[in-house]
Amino acid sequence: MSNEIGKPLSRLDGRPKVTGAARYTADTPIEGLTYAVFATSTIPHGRVTKLDVSKAEVAPGVLKVLTHLNTPKLKPIQHPPAGQSLMPLQDDRILYEGQPVALVVADTWERARHAADLVRVEYARAPFLMDFTEHLDKAVTVKGFFEPDSKTGDFDRAFNSAPVKLKQNYHLADRHHNAMEPHATIAAWRRGKLDMYDTVQGVFVARTVIAQALGRKPADVRVRSKYLGGGYGCKGFVWPHQILAAVAAREVRRPVKLVLTRAQDYTSHGYQAATEQTVTLAAGRDGQLVALRHESVAPGSMSDDYVEYGAIASRTMYACPALETRHRIVRVNRGPGTPMRAPQEGPSMFGLECAMDELAVVLKMDPVELRLKNYAERDPTKGKPFSSKKLRECYSEGAQRFGWERRNPKPGSMREGHDLIGWGMASALMETYRFPATARVTLERGGTVLIESGTQEIGTGVYTIMPQIAADVLGVAPERVRLVLGDTTLPGAGMTAGSSTTMGVGSAVHDAATKLKQKLTEMAGGPIAPDAYADLLKRRRLEKLSAEGLWKPDGEAGTGESKEWTMYTFGAVFVEVRVDESLRVPRLARCVGVYSAGRIINPKTARSQMTGGMIWGLGQALLEHTELELNYGRYVAKDLANYLVPVNADVPDLEAYFVDEVDEHASPIGAKGIGELGAVGVSAAIANAVYHATGVRVRDLPITVEKLL
Amino acid sequence: MKPFVYSRATEAAAAVRQVSNERSAKFIAGGTNLLDLMKSGVELPDRLVDIARLPLAEITALPQGGVRIGAMARNSTAANHPLVRERYPVLTQAFLAGATGQIRNMASVGGNLMQRTRCPYFYDPAMRCNKREPGSGCSAVEGFNRIHAVLGASEQCIAVHPSDMCVALAALDAVVRVQGPEGEREIPFDDFHRLPGDTPQQDTNLRHGELITAVDLPALPFAKRSHYLKVRDRASYEFALVSVAAVLDVSGGRVRDARVALGGVAHKPWRAREAEKILTGARANEETYRKAAEAALSGARAYKHNTFKIELAKRAIVRALSTAGGSGA
Ligand SMILES: Cc1cc2nc3c(=O)[nH]c(=O)nc-3n(C[C@H](O)[C@H](O)[C@H](O)COP(=O)(O)OP(=O)(O)OC[C@H]3O[C@@H](n4cnc5c(N)ncnc54)[C@H](O)[C@@H]3O)c2cc1C
Repeated sequence: MSNEIGKPLSRLDGRPKVTGAARYTADTPIEGLTYAVFATSTIPHGRVTKLDVSKAEVAPGVLKVLTHLNTPKLKPIQHPPAGQSLMPLQDDRILYEGQPVALVVADTWERARHAADLVRVEYARAPFLMDFTEHLDKAVTVKGFFEPDSKTGDFDRAFNSAPVKLKQNYHLADRHHNAMEPHATIAAWRRGKLDMYDTVQGVFVARTVIAQALGRKPADVRVRSKYLGGGYGCKGFVWPHQILAAVAAREVRRPVKLVLTRAQDYTSHGYQAATEQTVTLAAGRDGQLVALRHESVAPGSMSDDYVEYGAIASRTMYACPALETRHRIVRVNRGPGTPMRAPQEGPSMFGLECAMDELAVVLKMDPVELRLKNYAERDPTKGKPFSSKKLRECYSEGAQRFGWERRNPKPGSMREGHDLIGWGMASALMETYRFPATARVTLERGGTVLIESGTQEIGTGVYTIMPQIAADVLGVAPERVRLVLGDTTLPGAGMTAGSSTTMGVGSAVHDAATKLKQKLTEMAGGPIAPDAYADLLKRRRLEKLSAEGLWKPDGEAGTGESKEWTMYTFGAVFVEVRVDESLRVPRLARCVGVYSAGRIINPKTARSQMTGGMIWGLGQALLEHTELELNYGRYVAKDLANYLVPVNADVPDLEAYFVDEVDEHASPIGAKGIGELGAVGVSAAIANAVYHATGVRVRDLPITVEKLL
Repeated sequence: MKPFVYSRATEAAAAVRQVSNERSAKFIAGGTNLLDLMKSGVELPDRLVDIARLPLAEITALPQGGVRIGAMARNSTAANHPLVRERYPVLTQAFLAGATGQIRNMASVGGNLMQRTRCPYFYDPAMRCNKREPGSGCSAVEGFNRIHAVLGASEQCIAVHPSDMCVALAALDAVVRVQGPEGEREIPFDDFHRLPGDTPQQDTNLRHGELITAVDLPALPFAKRSHYLKVRDRASYEFALVSVAAVLDVSGGRVRDARVALGGVAHKPWRAREAEKILTGARANEETYRKAAEAALSGARAYKHNTFKIELAKRAIVRALSTAGGSGA
């Protein structure tokens, strides 16, 4: 072991990324490329009655116009892992605005786009549903990833006899991922086989669904994804445009590139569904929770059952004997929601942690103290102990680093110049989803090491930490280790989702490297120094020496549960906001987060995950909101001028720390997931701080100026 | 994007001729607004005449103490020009509050005057908009109108003019110099942009083919004491919810003269003359500023989502005046 794990190594892919050498999907050079552009529905519900493609078909450079009238019939696909089962261009039904009605292929992108504008569509409109909050009576129960309801203890009895009660509604906004890189797919057929370059968080998942839709064997499809300009969840499931690009390429018998426009990105691959949450709390005067009920309703789609679980964190977060959660959806004429950085726990921790803050105010108790009072030693719903949990340390270290003891609890009591200063805090929680993975590690001639695994790099640092893990085992410098990923010809790995890659793929790499080292040791007839590896190969006349590694979590794949343990990551977030006493625009001034998240492989890339998460949470708290156009049944605007994400001027000093922790129950390398945890709790901490600054409790996000005037 | 013909003008007269001869020809300067509108199908010119290389970028002192800014001066250059910085700090601040460094490096002063509203209904041809398609209806009146006008709107259009620069120019009584097929003319700033009335498709009183050559700023010695305040959700890179350009002449605790203009509230940069009347001669204190703010918004009318703008604008006026007025010395 050479202790590479734990070193703050700079990104090995940093240079190619900033110099432009890194090749993203849409940049892939392909001979004879053609370009495809969608024309999309302008109505949210109804049927296409007339399609006039005559002008588009004769426009310069146009090779093909696909509509539901001439697109070959595809095989049905299911959600999940398809983002939606509804496949456009298969019939005349329209279920949401933005649904493709035609796909134009031309010799240049500009010509394809122009021709797409020339497609004329007439519709028979049907009544539509847009705003789920106006139709809560139509809420239905569906089974998504998790059980919709949970229940422990006797809520009513505990609630009725409690001295302190609180019931509040919280509303989170619809949000979009808005990755910098729009979705892009290049599809090329070669001798009956499909070769795809695709912006995906899971090459194998993409292959499965695309092959299924096309009625092919997975082996006939190859999917590659070398770099991703942000995924955040919207490139996880497989979406119709990926499949239709392959269809188009088959029709024109040339490779096709399809890059969605920014506006199409709003309607083509999901969004984070808003949630309407109700939190009901009952406690003793000492702050001990006796009853907790958390209910959530979210919009769902007409075609599929994706559920945003806006109450799920309450199943785990606090020790409470009577605990209920409930999830419903209201079907609306929009495409389905999908996971977005910190799904489920992200939204649900807003409601819960704001309610806890409100309870602290009622009890005149310090918010940190209230949380410690209700600290869960084991999962209150599953009944199992946590595989590791150092949340107590997070609270105390966070409070100390932030200077929490200097907080005057009275709202509006802290100020500087025109600024009202608010200090707020919240906890963070995220389930540790675990997926199996495989990897191959190869010692090459000359002593360099190659790691191969069909995982993805979505911006998190995988190109750096996998070499670190292999280097740690083999005793070589990480710079001598190369990772090849994002290709279905490589050893299989799962989606880069649920913050699972370091843990899963990292454990597989660790296993492969360990086996390789064993082989080398055996071959050498005893312990062998890393600088003798190359020589050994040479003496044995070997070009290379490989070992295959595998990691399979005990317990059910895709969950954070084993027979004995329940697995989560935790954190404590402390923020300072500033609100001008007169103008009332809220701004984040400071954020300190301390996290309990297993072993940290690389503190540098890990820190950047956490601060990125904090900025993500800041956006959720103060800016991000996809506005519905209720008269048209669509989004008001589909661009980055109207959808505000934080810019540098919004982002203050961010501090992220990890407590020392190794969770061997979670994975052999002791790591858990961190990619989403940083985005959890921030919005609640900010809302709580805004209350502390102004005395105004805002229960619906984002917290914009009109709510504070 | 519809195909179009592109040519680059080397001489102002030729550019004017080319555009005025063709109904659907347009000037293009920095392109930061026009190209976006062309990509979204809002502007559909058949011909673009590029004026970026015309010799109209100079910034010079005028004989009576004013400053002339050439129409092709970049927003970033104009913002940081010593004459502007020194004589009209409110204009520098307004420029720098707009867009981003990259966009200001491309955007011209003439283009800034002519930039179109950011109303999302105007921007998307799939929705009805009287400004884009006269007679089709205004979707914003019954739709999502958080960013829309509270002053001077009509039932035909409640869009706002998005410019920061223009708010300062309105306060400074700038004059727009233009060159048309029939020669040159000067347009006082207040007459340059229009209220929507029944012709919201017409943003300005510039005639087709007329080229803006420069903006003249008259001498205004007390403009040294001025302030531009922009209120927005995001700390940078966003158009104003409301903004205020305040120029105050204060001495002996009294306001001798005042200029106040508002942005983000109307179809044109809004000169608040009622507020100026109250300010002039009154004590330079918060009470006066409050009265002025009330007067400025007295005719305001809100829609479903923008009620807050009225109160926010008042508060912004008070803050801008207090900042410009300083201690009142
Ligand atoms: C992302 C983004 C954010 C922005 N944020 C802000 C902001 O916060 N505040 C703000 O004030 N502005 C903002 N802007 C707008 C920006 O200021 C304008 O786009 C810019 O000033 C336009 O100048 P241009 O030279 O690029 O004009 P162009 O796009 O070239 O032209 C715009 C219009 O002006 C006409 N035109 C140009 N020059 C002349 C002339 N000399 N005579 C006659 N007609 C002419 C053109 O024909 C066209 O119709 C933003 C723009 C973008 C893209």
